[in-house]
Parts: sequence; C-alpha cells; structure tokens
Amino acid sequence: MQITVNVNGDEHTADVEPRLLLVHFLRDSLGLTGTHWGCDTSNCGVCVVWLDGTPVKSCTVLAVMADGRTVRTVEGLAAGAALDPVQEGFVRCHGLQCGFCTPGMMMTARWLLDRNPDPSEEEIREAISGQSCRCTGYENIVRAIQWAAREGVSTS
Amino acid sequence: MTTVDKPIGFGRMHRKEDARFVRGRGTYVDDVNLPGMLYGAVLRSPFAHAKIVSIDTAAAQAHPKVKAVITGQTLEGLKLAWMPTLSYDTQAVLATDKVRFQGQEVAFVVAEDKYSARDALELIDVEYEPLPAVVDARRALDPDAPVIRDDKEGQTDNHIFDWGAGDEAATDAVFASAEVVVAQDVLYPRVHPAPLETCGAVADFDAVTGKLTMWCNTQAPHAHRTVYALVAGLPEHKIRVISPDVGGGFGNKVPIYPGYVCAIVGSIVTGKPVKWMEDRSENLMSTGFARDYHMRGEVAATRDGDIRALRVKVIADHGAFNGTAQPTKFPAGFFHVFTGSYDVEAAHCSVTGVYTNKAPGGVAYACSFRITEAAYLIERMIDVLAFELDMDPAELRMKNLLKPEQFPYPSPTGWEYDSGDYPRALQLALEMVGYAELRAEQASRPPGGPLMGIGISFFTEAVGAGPRKHMDILGLGMADGAELRVHPTGKAVLRISVQSQGQGHETTYAQIVAEELGIPPDDIEVVHGDTDQTPFGLGTYGSRSTPVSGAATAVVARKVRERAKQVASAMLEVDPGDLEWEKGRWYVRGDQAQGRTIQEIALAAHSSLELPEGVEGHLDATTVYNPPNLTFPFGAYICVVDVDPGTGQVKVRRFVAVDDCGVRINPMIVEGQVHGGLADGVGMALMQLIAFDEDGNCLGASFMDYLLPTSMECPSWELGETVTPSPHHPIGAKGVGESATVGSPAAVVNAVLDALKPYGVRHADMPLTPAQVWRAIQGRPIRTDLAIT
Repeated sequence: MQITVNVNGDEHTADVEPRLLLVHFLRDSLGLTGTHWGCDTSNCGVCVVWLDGTPVKSCTVLAVMADGRTVRTVEGLAAGAALDPVQEGFVRCHGLQCGFCTPGMMMTARWLLDRNPDPSEEEIREAISGQSCRCTGYENIVRAIQWAAREGVSTS
Repeated sequence: MTTVDKPIGFGRMHRKEDARFVRGRGTYVDDVNLPGMLYGAVLRSPFAHAKIVSIDTAAAQAHPKVKAVITGQTLEGLKLAWMPTLSYDTQAVLATDKVRFQGQEVAFVVAEDKYSARDALELIDVEYEPLPAVVDARRALDPDAPVIRDDKEGQTDNHIFDWGAGDEAATDAVFASAEVVVAQDVLYPRVHPAPLETCGAVADFDAVTGKLTMWCNTQAPHAHRTVYALVAGLPEHKIRVISPDVGGGFGNKVPIYPGYVCAIVGSIVTGKPVKWMEDRSENLMSTGFARDYHMRGEVAATRDGDIRALRVKVIADHGAFNGTAQPTKFPAGFFHVFTGSYDVEAAHCSVTGVYTNKAPGGVAYACSFRITEAAYLIERMIDVLAFELDMDPAELRMKNLLKPEQFPYPSPTGWEYDSGDYPRALQLALEMVGYAELRAEQASRPPGGPLMGIGISFFTEAVGAGPRKHMDILGLGMADGAELRVHPTGKAVLRISVQSQGQGHETTYAQIVAEELGIPPDDIEVVHGDTDQTPFGLGTYGSRSTPVSGAATAVVARKVRERAKQVASAMLEVDPGDLEWEKGRWYVRGDQAQGRTIQEIALAAHSSLELPEGVEGHLDATTVYNPPNLTFPFGAYICVVDVDPGTGQVKVRRFVAVDDCGVRINPMIVEGQVHGGLADGVGMALMQLIAFDEDGNCLGASFMDYLLPTSMECPSWELGETVTPSPHHPIGAKGVGESATVGSPAAVVNAVLDALKPYGVRHADMPLTPAQVWRAIQGRPIRTDLAIT
C-alpha cells in the first residue's frame, strides 16, 4: 500500500506492507532510529511517538494507520540546535542512563507540559506510568519534567 | 593514598553522552544497518523437555525471501552445535538430540527482511516427542527424576556441583551450644533483568579478509572475542567485537547466546551481514535469568540477641545448561559473603547446583555474583530472629554490626572487608526516616485496620572482581587494561576495556583523568566498546568497572603525569626531583611561578625539545590493573509500607537509602545508580517473577505477565551517604552499581512482614503480590516459583 505520512514536518511517501508496524516504518524505512522498540505488547513505551499530536505506542500502530496523518518523533523535538526544555531537563537532572526509554519518555513529557504547564508530581508520575525505565527508578525523570515545567519555554 | 581526602573534581558535571541520547542519536545495535544486510530469526522449542524426532525445513527453504535455514544438523557439520558456557559447561547452539527448556533454540532462518524471516519460522516442521520435565529444583536430584543432560558423558543425574565455604565443624559446635536457634526456608525466586533493549547482534564476516566484525550489545566485548576465537576457530586478531550504545544490561548481556553464534554462521554461509534481534518473549524465556536460590538459613544466638553463628544450605537452580558467569573458583559466585555486616564466631554455607528444564543462567540482574541472594537471606534471617526474640530489628542489627575498629575485617568465610563504619550509616538512616516516630505511629494503629510496616536492611557487598590470582572467567584473569594518550595540543584520549550500559563511563572516566592530570573533562575522549580500539579487560558487571578499570584509569594517568615530569624537567632545566605537582602543572619547588602546564608539556613532548636520556617522546602510557582485593561498599536501607489487609495491596510510602561506596567520582551518577537499584528492589519484592507450570511452561514470558515497577509503584527515593574510602583503591572509590539492587529487596520484604506481624506472619516468599500478602494474612503463604496445584 502507498502511504504518505508527515514526519517531523517532512512528507514521506512509501509503499508498505499492510502489516508493517509504525515503529518499523519510522526506524527501517525512514532511518529515524531515535524511536526504539522494546516489548511488542504496549507495556514498555520506548516506542512512544506522537500521532496527530497524541502519544501512541508505535509498536501497536500500523504504518498504514498513519497515512495522511502527522507523526512527531524525538528527532523532531529540538528546534535545530536548540534543545526542547524537556531535553534540557533530562540532561540537567540526570533523567537518563542507558538512554533507551528516553525518547519515549520525553515525547510523553512534552505532551503533558503542552496541556498542563504546571503538573504536580503525581500528575507527572501518572503521565509516564505507561512507560518503563530500568535505570533511573523514575526519580530523575520526574525531576527532569519538573525542571522543564519550571524553567522551560517550549519550542513547539 | 593521594586523593582520598578530597572529592574528585568536576563532581556533579552533566554527562557527556547525553547530547546524543536526548536527540535520539544514540547508536544501539538495532540501529546498525549495513549494505546488503540480512535478518535472522530463531525457531524455539514449545516444550520444556522433548526429543527431536525430525526437522523439516523444505518449505522454509522454498520461501522466496529466505537465504538460509540453519539447524543443529547444519551446525554439527561445522562442529558448532554446542558451545562452551562461561562456567565450563556446554550449551546447545541449536538443539540436535532434544530440547531442554521452553524457548530453546532449534533452528535459525536468514531472510531478506525481518518479517519474512519470522514468516519462514512458521514453515519449519519439527516433530517432538515430549518427555517429563524437571521444574522443581528441590526434586531435581530425586532418584526418579529424568536426566536432563544425557548428552554429557557420565552424567547420570541432574547434579552440577557441590560447593561450600566457612568452617563447618566450628559452626556446628556453636549451634550445638546456642541458647537460641532459628531456621527458615527462604526462596529467592527466579527473576529476569529485562533490560529495555533486548539482546542482539549484527555479524559481518568478510570472506576476503577473513575478518569477522560483530556488533553486539555485550557487557564484555573482549571476553566475547576470545570465546568466539575458541568456539568458532577464527583467529582472534581477525575478530572485532563492537559493543555500541547498550540499552541496559544488568548482567543479562554478559553471556554468549546461541543467536549470536547463529548470526555469525548465517553471515559466513550467506556472505552478507546478518542482524539478529530477539523479541521480548525470547529475551524473558531464553536469556540469562537471575536467582532461583532455594535457601535454608539458620541463626544461632544468645537470648539477648548476640548472633553467634550462621548456617546455610542452598539448592541452586541453574536451568538446563550451567550458563552462569562468575569467577571460576566460585560456582556459587560470592554467595559466601552471606555473613553480611555482622560479627559472628563461625559460619558455613553449602550450595548444590542442579539442572532443571528451564532457561540457563543464574548470575545476572545486578547481583554482584550472587550477593543479592546472600544479602537477602541474612537480612531476612535477622528479622526472623528479631521476630522470635521479640526484639526491635534496628536494635538487633546495631547490636551485632561490625565495629569500625574491626577493619580490615577477616570474615569467617574468607573475605577481607577493606573498610567500613557500619553503625554510623545505620544511625543516619534511622534519623533520616524518623524511626522512633514511625514506631510510635505503628503502635497507635488500631487492630484490624490498615497496616503499616518498617523494614530495615543493612548490606555489605564484595565488588570489583578481581585479583587475578583468585579470579578468572574461563581462565581469563580479571585484570583490566587502560591506555591514555595526550595529544600535542593537550587533548587526551583514554581507552578502556569496560563497556557502559548507561553507567556514564564517558563522563566519569574523563573525570578521573581530569582529577589526576588537570586536563578538563571536555578535553578527554573516552573510547570504549570496541575490541580493535581498546585494551583487553573482562567487562562491566559485578560492579567491577570503577574498582578495576577506574583504578586502571587513575594509575595510567599517574604514569602520564610522571612522564610529564621528566619532560617538564627538560623544559625548565631543573632536576625532576625539584619539581612539585599541582593539578594540571609541574612547577619548581620554592618558585611556584616557574612551571609548565600539562598542555605545554604535551606540546613539548612532541616537539624537537631534547629529552633526558631514557625519556621517550610523546605523552602516553598503558597499564594493566590487577586489584589487590575487592572493594566492600555497604549501606543501610529503610522502607516504610502501607498494607491493606483486606486486599493485600502494598504501597511503598517511603524509602531511605544511605550508601557508602567510598569516594564518589560523580555523585549525581552514583545517586542515579542507587535510584535504579531501589526500583529493582521494589519490583522484585512485590511484582517481578518468572514462574513455571508443571510442564515447564514459562509463565513470565511477556511484560503482560512479568511485571516491572512503574513510576506509580516507586516512591520518591530519599538518599543519604557516608564516605569511608577504600584503602587500596587509587582514588578510594568502591563499586556501587548494584548496591541498591542487592540491598533493597530485603528492606521492602521486611517492611511488609513487619506490617503483618499482628497476624503472626514470620515469613512469606517474594514477590509479595496482593494475593501472596492476603494468603500470608490467612496463614498460608505459597511457594511462588511454581504454579503447581
């Protein structure tokens, strides 16, 4: 099937198998390897991207479902050389170690802050509760998002 | 000791590696894409134990996108059907005679794309003849148990090894005269490290040059290279292992897995690079699990709570192949550090390893070579003793902790603890948590209502393997090399053997060099994870990087500093003996203005400057660091839980963790490591479990069933620290990566059981799920490792 997907502002048209997962389309067809794959069952959330402005787990979305729609990935988070405050917060607060869950976590964090610029710790924890991190115990991810809320001005 | 009295410079600097990670520009193994690359997939056994009657690959071979189908029979022709494990056992690469655990590798398909490779697996027809499975480790040595490893000559049962430590007779004598003896069966059930990135590799064999390049997310690239040379018969200088960015390891990525060997064979057979990435179920079902220790602990004590002796018997479930990775002399890892932090007269442990029809492994998941099991056992036993003596568990611990003046402390099982001030750490934790107030709150709770509990754990670890005289893996001594080169402009490149899986080595090792040489960390490139680019070393696991490679880095930097001194003496035309060092600069004693910075010296070292006799030009050095002893980090952890007796639901209210890992290179990174380990502890204590049914079916084969703690189960961690430098480490540091994973499960479990004390519950095995807690309240907690009714 031919699909056209806007990814991070660029239109991409491709012939894909109907069963192709969005995560594989992004990674293998477009070479956007910042989005990771981790579990197949929508549990871990390392594959989170935005689809028409809403975070989705791209391991359980078919690429064809993104036809005519807009996808935003971690590669589209910074505005050129300027990091998004969420990215800056993750660096400043040591919100990442191995970095594997980080892109998905940051996409969810950006989405949260766009809707709720001053979230409580509980609201942050709930927002990222569908995503796993094996390194940080979540503490510094929460602090990173709090930093972005406090200090940051969104570039998006 | 030169720098132990001051912190390492640049302390909480942000990580150098983050720039790429936050932009999605990391390079994990699945991000490696080579021209013409093919994709592999593994067909796995649905049975835990079955004879293979036949394998028909014709339909798969006929698939238009399939390039090769490899079976055990193919590998037998290449003498690759079996490979050595890191414990001198053998493991089937692809099964030939029979399958021995559910998920075992049976065939390997190489195809043009990964979807086609998976499709072709469906076309392979394997006829099995199921056999009875051994799933209960405690029944593995029964006379009528089926023999799993009938491939091994002379193997007539499921016994792997017996091993012991300590003085059995002296221990028994103390027990015979003890006022109080308590005994408890304690299970540390099977869990899985489950890094979010699964295991995988890209194998690229160049038939013209004969060179194999292996991208693989291994924690031990150099050890893998040597083993590939031994297994595949490839010359070692023609093997390059590249471990790129690794998405978490936790011990899961130490062993060599059959999929890696299959990818290599696939590349040799097809002449193309072959990528193999396992999926999550494959990761959970077939790769290195952890624990599965069935322990019986006994404590001998006086009536007023003086602990006199400890005795432990263990049945260790190693699965179908003994694939654990630990120093050769220690088949039970460092379990014999089980006397923990306490002053006892005598101790003895005996461990029996057995085969079962389960995935191989055992030493993984931030366990510091089985110290997780040891720390959990002793800390559970202390609470069992407190329960029986009706003593406060904090008081009982304080009474028995080793005293600062006892260090260096020779333990009854053969360790020499390097340094410690245990009472100080416990006291700090008790103050931070407000122990007296919490006990008062608990005492004020009306019977029958919501419960709260306070759990303490005090752990001592032995990390940094290790002295090569005593410690090797497959004969490879556990010393680490390091190379440091300062360029003419004063920028430096450090090459280390250890591989980061998130520990931040590119930052902390640059900090060590910066501290020793005064070159800013941003001017130091740390090269790691590529065997063609780095000196030999055993890799990152068992919290060994800082104790061994961190020490190597300090030593090699000091060598460069000494070389710089010679060059500076030529530059300043003074005797080297007249020079003094201040960070980044040699100067003339008594005339501080007369000096040369390390950058000026670097340029001069590469210039036409005439150097003293015997002094080579340039500014570089190499070293191999052989640690004189392990390092012994310790800590005091206190967990506070709320328990709903109606549902059995546990909520972790607070968690205080006081860690002492000696001098901290980058406290921000140390704290991050502790945070992660504490979450592990909550996960293992309350949720994570790989159980099996009576047929050997794995019941934890996806994240739907193997539950990881999320942000909702984890509290906001409260950290404290004390600093007791290691006397033998060049910068006084100790390992810390696994401390919290080792120390925290007991704190959580002790807290839950403390909450259940009004119901008379002395012990229940992990994980303390709502169902298990509820059953415990009813007086009938279950064995969690088996779903056998």
